[in-house]
Amino acid sequence: MQSFQEIIFKLKQYWAERGCIIQEPYDVEVGAGTMCPETFLRVLGPAPYRVAYVQPSRRPADGRYGDNPNRLFKHSQFQVILKPSPDDIIELYLGSLEAIGIDLKQHDIKFEEDNWEAPTLGAWGVGWQVMLDGLEISQFTYFQQCGGMDLDLVPAELTYGLERLTAFLQFRDSVYDIEWAKGVTYGDVRYRDELQYSVYNFEVADIKTLWKLFDLHEGEAARLLKAYDPKSPEKKRFPLLPTYDHVLKCSNLFNTLDARGAISVTERVGVIQRVRKMAVGVAQAWVNQTQEVAE
Amino acid sequence: MSLPFLLEIGTEEIPDWMIRNALEDLRAQFVKLGIAHESVRVDATPRRLVLRGSGLPERQADSVERVQGPSKSAPAQAVEGFARKQGVTQGDLAVETTPKGEYYVFHKRVAGRAIKDIMAAALPGIVLGIYFPKTMYWVKGGPRFIRPIRWIVALLGEETVPFELGGVRSGNLSSGHRRLGAREVVVTCADFEERLRDHCVILSADERRQRILSGLSGAKVDAALLETLVYLTEYPTAIEGTFDPAFLELPAEVLVTVMRSHQRYFSVEDAEGNLLPQFVAVMNIGADPEGFVRRGNERVLRARFADARFFWDSDQKKKLADRRADLGSVTFQAKLGSYRDKAKRMKVLVKELGGKASAVRAADLCKCDLTTEVVKEFTELQGVVGGLYARAQGEKADVWQAIYDHYKPVSMEDSIPRNKAGRLVALADKLDTLRGCFRVGLIPTGSKDPFALRRAAQGVVKILVEGKMELPLLTLLEGNAELIEFFEDRVRTYFKDVRGFRYDEVNAAMAAGWSNLVDLESRLVRIQALRESPDFEPLAASFKRIRNILEQAKFEGATGFREDLLEEEPEKELYSEYLSIAGQPIENVISVLRPKVDLFFDKVLVNAPNQEVRQNRLKLLFELRREFSKVADFSEIVTTS
Repeated sequence: MQSFQEIIFKLKQYWAERGCIIQEPYDVEVGAGTMCPETFLRVLGPAPYRVAYVQPSRRPADGRYGDNPNRLFKHSQFQVILKPSPDDIIELYLGSLEAIGIDLKQHDIKFEEDNWEAPTLGAWGVGWQVMLDGLEISQFTYFQQCGGMDLDLVPAELTYGLERLTAFLQFRDSVYDIEWAKGVTYGDVRYRDELQYSVYNFEVADIKTLWKLFDLHEGEAARLLKAYDPKSPEKKRFPLLPTYDHVLKCSNLFNTLDARGAISVTERVGVIQRVRKMAVGVAQAWVNQTQEVAE
Repeated sequence: MSLPFLLEIGTEEIPDWMIRNALEDLRAQFVKLGIAHESVRVDATPRRLVLRGSGLPERQADSVERVQGPSKSAPAQAVEGFARKQGVTQGDLAVETTPKGEYYVFHKRVAGRAIKDIMAAALPGIVLGIYFPKTMYWVKGGPRFIRPIRWIVALLGEETVPFELGGVRSGNLSSGHRRLGAREVVVTCADFEERLRDHCVILSADERRQRILSGLSGAKVDAALLETLVYLTEYPTAIEGTFDPAFLELPAEVLVTVMRSHQRYFSVEDAEGNLLPQFVAVMNIGADPEGFVRRGNERVLRARFADARFFWDSDQKKKLADRRADLGSVTFQAKLGSYRDKAKRMKVLVKELGGKASAVRAADLCKCDLTTEVVKEFTELQGVVGGLYARAQGEKADVWQAIYDHYKPVSMEDSIPRNKAGRLVALADKLDTLRGCFRVGLIPTGSKDPFALRRAAQGVVKILVEGKMELPLLTLLEGNAELIEFFEDRVRTYFKDVRGFRYDEVNAAMAAGWSNLVDLESRLVRIQALRESPDFEPLAASFKRIRNILEQAKFEGATGFREDLLEEEPEKELYSEYLSIAGQPIENVISVLRPKVDLFFDKVLVNAPNQEVRQNRLKLLFELRREFSKVADFSEIVTTS
């Protein structure tokens, strides 16, 4: 039986052999691997790129105090970006499943339409959810727009839900029972995270403080974006990546406030717009900044 | 020579629900090309759109083009120049008489183009012209299609029809099943379908459908799910699985929704219609000898059901009635407030419609399930879940059933809510949405109807008619002219398209009023029966004549009628007939009325020279029309003679 970490090792190995840089998780909290700069910013512009990484993804509203066998506040996505997408991308993807021990002649694979849209990122794409014996194990997306801009090279994004994939391969009904490493369960490693973050996100988080933090991060991002001068000869020094970190902070605070029930529906649309404005601002400046560097 | 033709567009997986329309589009575009053929058929799997034709010619027929040269009287040099330009000598030219005189002409033979060349030029446009609701690009500046095109087979007889799309060149290489077949499969027009079968692709949707059906045995055949699976697979095989009978404690509605909508399984029932702890899944491979696929699907279903039970149990901790305040934070529509606001309006409206305590209670609770975990997870169960919770929480049968049914009818084929309270709540829900949206300007245009207002209005019409509810519809529309016009169309559509009345009957009956739809329906039934009478059409024609006369005279009915001004016998007869039959149903009097009217128009000149007499005759006609237009305005009937 392969452990959780062995499956990760094999996926990293497989994609490394196919030209991917193996990154480590981004060190600012995100809701999905797509939001990491390695995806959100790297898919922009004309430079080809291939990268794979595990990204712990926080969804405050999905926390269940560690009680629900299938739902997690923080799950681990294995994220692959191939930019541009090669013609045999689906074959490569299926090969990765075989690399982790799934004999596809003995299992049922279906590609069911599932288009992806992230309003806070001004991003969307078309693709599928990939079903293995009735279980959704991956999202497959051809990005079309990011930061409100058409993409020069259409990337393919592959996302594997590592916990459910492992539970499937290990025949476990609860993610907490999967073997992380020999003799160590997922529950041993992560149960306390699930319980404590659920308590914090649903019960304890101080709404006023979170709003204050949101405003502070938004203010800093806005200050920086305003200072970016596309004509400046010094613009490649400009700290767009740190600006984007503040956008990510806002996004996570928004999700936490939402889980806490602190955002009324009328406010909701407005807050999404605020985050989107910052994200799109960074994306546009990023394209501009890389263009200049290329010259 | 007669040739077969094969076109296969190989793609990545096309969304199942788009495939049939795409095929019809492909066929239509091919036919529009105007190339002679004996037959054409289209087929598809998720990964290929295929068009096959037979009996195509190799070339178009040759034709002759007439090129006119200089006048016969032109200098010899000019004639010689013309001949040289055509690549012939003067002896090959003819002289023809035209309206402008005699001219040299050359009859140029134009060889018919090779069909292969015509196809090569036309096929890229045909393929990219197939309509899909949402397309993508995969190379910037390249073509847009539903998913990337990965291979193209285009053969006319033995030869490739050469063209290129998005960097893919056409050829004779197809592709087999993703895991069971070869990546490259050489095909010809003749062996295409068999070669695909060798590589585990069943091209015919009918055959895939039969394969699935043959594995369904006891399962309930859900037609929509079956079609989805037919176009989600290239080599479908049904397998049976089971689940823990303990899950049968959950309502069948929830279990079936999980199986059908989320897992695409067929559910299985016993002879009495009780759900059994079994399902049938359809996989895209031929067999499951080790049982991997069955066990995998069973495990997934177990997790799904466990989720549903978790949500169901946690929802029970808070009663529907205690969720009313929570609706304040669920937006109905930005300008129309929350669902709490909507529920309050619905309560008032239900009372106005004559609802009793149970209907008011149902209106009060019916939206509360929007805050439950089960509805957040399975939105298609809204209403149903509220009804089930209400039942579990001890609400009376007519209350929980009203909640359960209040989204009905969801289509023109769907039934209306089963009890009166449910009908009132459903009406209040839909009317509130319609009134509110029209008030704030959210009015459907063309194909855009994001709030499904057409469906809501159709639902109102259907409930009022089929529930025999004699409510004043126009009053309920609050005098909003746009909303009234919108409803007028829905009422017309319902009686015409759903109920099958003729359009002129509907126009005639509606012209006599349509606020009470139950009354409208009974009048339509009467008109339909009246139409059988030999007097009907002639009388309808006379009423049209009366209408025209009154319109031309701009007669508004103002003057008083004076019997002493009646001069001629036919008008006196008509008047006395009118007096004796007024107030009686038209069915009883049509046969006596018609001859009198005919005679009147035969013998009497309405536009008499004497002003008073003329006005009096107009008044007689006006009253006659008013009296007998209570069922319908018969002048709207389209007569055959």
